[in-house]
Amino acid sequence: MKTLVWVEHNNAHVKDATLSAVTAAGKLGEVHLLVAGSGCRAVAEEAAKIAGVGKVHLADNAAYEHSLPENVAPLVTQLMADHDAFVAPATTTGKNIAPRVAAMLDVMQLSDILSVEGDKTFTRPIYAGNAIATVESSDAKLVITVRGTAFDKADAEGGSAAIEDVSGPADAGTSSFVGQELAKSERPELTSAKVIVSGGRALKDAETFQEYIMPLADKLGAGVGASRAAVDAGYVPNDYQVGQTGKIVAPEVYIAIGISGAIQHLAGMKDSKTIIAINKDEDAPIFQVADLGLVADLFKAVPELTEKL
Amino acid sequence: MKILVPVKRVIDYNVKPRVKADGSGVDLANVKMSMNPFDEIAVEEALRIKEAGKAEEVIAVSVGPAKATETLRTALAMGADRAILVQVDDGVEVEPLAVAKILKAIADEEQPGIVMLGKQAISDDSNQTGQMLAALMDRPQGTFANTVEVEGDSVTVKREIDGGLETVKLTLPAIVTTDLRLNEPRYASLPNIMKAKSKPLDTKSPADFGVDIAPRLKTLKVSEPPVRQAGIKVADVDELVAKIKALGIA
Ligand SMILES: Cc1cc2nc3c(=O)[nH]c(=O)nc-3n(C[C@H](O)[C@H](O)[C@H](O)COP(=O)(O)OP(=O)(O)OC[C@H]3O[C@@H](n4cnc5c(N)ncnc54)[C@H](O)[C@@H]3O)c2cc1C
Ligand SMILES: Nc1ncnc2c1ncn2[C@@H]1O[C@H](COP(=O)(O)O)[C@@H](O)[C@H]1O
Repeated sequence: MKTLVWVEHNNAHVKDATLSAVTAAGKLGEVHLLVAGSGCRAVAEEAAKIAGVGKVHLADNAAYEHSLPENVAPLVTQLMADHDAFVAPATTTGKNIAPRVAAMLDVMQLSDILSVEGDKTFTRPIYAGNAIATVESSDAKLVITVRGTAFDKADAEGGSAAIEDVSGPADAGTSSFVGQELAKSERPELTSAKVIVSGGRALKDAETFQEYIMPLADKLGAGVGASRAAVDAGYVPNDYQVGQTGKIVAPEVYIAIGISGAIQHLAGMKDSKTIIAINKDEDAPIFQVADLGLVADLFKAVPELTEKL
Repeated sequence: MKILVPVKRVIDYNVKPRVKADGSGVDLANVKMSMNPFDEIAVEEALRIKEAGKAEEVIAVSVGPAKATETLRTALAMGADRAILVQVDDGVEVEPLAVAKILKAIADEEQPGIVMLGKQAISDDSNQTGQMLAALMDRPQGTFANTVEVEGDSVTVKREIDGGLETVKLTLPAIVTTDLRLNEPRYASLPNIMKAKSKPLDTKSPADFGVDIAPRLKTLKVSEPPVRQAGIKVADVDELVAKIKALGIA
């Protein structure tokens, strides 16, 4: 089987999420990559070094700069004439593009796969990860998004794939990019952090969140996450949200502070290796999944913990 | 302008789903069902656009069993003007691709300026239908909307993306899918619930639109995820510090 993998990038570098998608695609057969963007040859060169890659298709066009699905889905669909499967990481970009491609190919997409069980058989989470479905596709071509935490990352080095320039459809003219507000942070990215410290509604407000969560995260070199309640209340920006509808994370250690453990939150972090919870309510559901629980008032326990570590 | 709002009847988000012992699926017998939370947000947003004088009519549509009528009545009670049920037999799950084809056929008839969907159904967690509909209609899409602004013949959508927020401008007609922070959906008042009972609700079938709903994906089995065992409770911060140090992260 020949697969085409969507390379997630910022027109300068390949993003990590791509590497898990490459691993998943490798289980299906020959791996080709698509780098679509503007002035992005450097990305293609970086992508060509990923271990296990057969070929890199480079589509360099101003219309592809911001991955607008109206423009890139027709490009992918065109390349799918020579491929059997399209694989994208289950990032917000992948989720935006892949279903559009699937509909253009008249196939059902397999969303957020956890494993490859056979040529056409995969497992995927449903009901916020409270059930795992094993599904088999009957479509001629496959369109798949891949949950990053479920697959090891392919080696970023070691390959030497050829780069082939491709041209695709021009700007569809129905959408335009206006701007971006990207959170800048010196901290590790949530989806690749080894340790994550997350805060919930109990943190009261943005200042309190800063005051109690950040020093602990700094001590541990950790990424910072949050529950939906904390994000909705404006303690931290939306991209901190962990859960069914936020980020799916699986760090070595996840520390949940003042988070009750709603199923939608657990959906995003219960595959973490070690879960630590600090909550003043000994019956909080988070303790049902926590390896280490401390029943305490966070406003006392967290500063003490930070100091003693 | 009309706004079409597809709403799905799903397990209530407060219910913890149970996998059936025979591995055939999730047990939905005697389980509370509600409107998919993202779709409530979509209904709310459509109503706000109408209340701002930028749309004339809000039409709710659901593809589902006869019971999905309740979901549509909820949308009508919130303020939608009329509803369409595309009825299938009890227990039949219609996949996003087929739902998108049905919605495309309805959009061809109704010619809405915006189709406002949820970003994801909390049952199948597919996150596909809106994008698929946009492809079938060959129209632009603004997914995971955090803010929606209609102006003239375009809609500006601020989207929640992995690194923060992104803004795109789309020419109408367009497809929008809602994220959680777009708005707080209203509750239907008792008088509005009563009024909703007399609002028009059409019942159709997938065959009326010539759409084949035969599934493309076959579910071989449904299983419980690996269960995590609750660990231990530590007595105090000192014990926690010792355990964290033993993990080798500090
Ligand atoms: C469709 C849908 C999708 C959702 N997606 C997500 C998602 O992706 N991620 C997500 O997180 N949520 C999500 N939610 C929301 C989820 O249901 C919960 O509402 C949310 O996770 C609760 O956040 P919380 O635990 O911070 O707040 P709460 O549930 O209010 O919990 C606060 C906790 O803090 C504890 N506490 C209070 N004071 C102290 C103190 N001084 N010291 C120690 N502990 C204290 C309390 O005992 C309590 O357990 C979603 C909901 C819906 C409907
Ligand atoms: N059976 C259905 N009836 C009406 N709308 C649906 C149906 N299935 C999906 N949708 C819409 O599509 C969105 C995304 O669903 P999904 O692609 O299944 O995650 C939902 O939030 C609904 O707005």
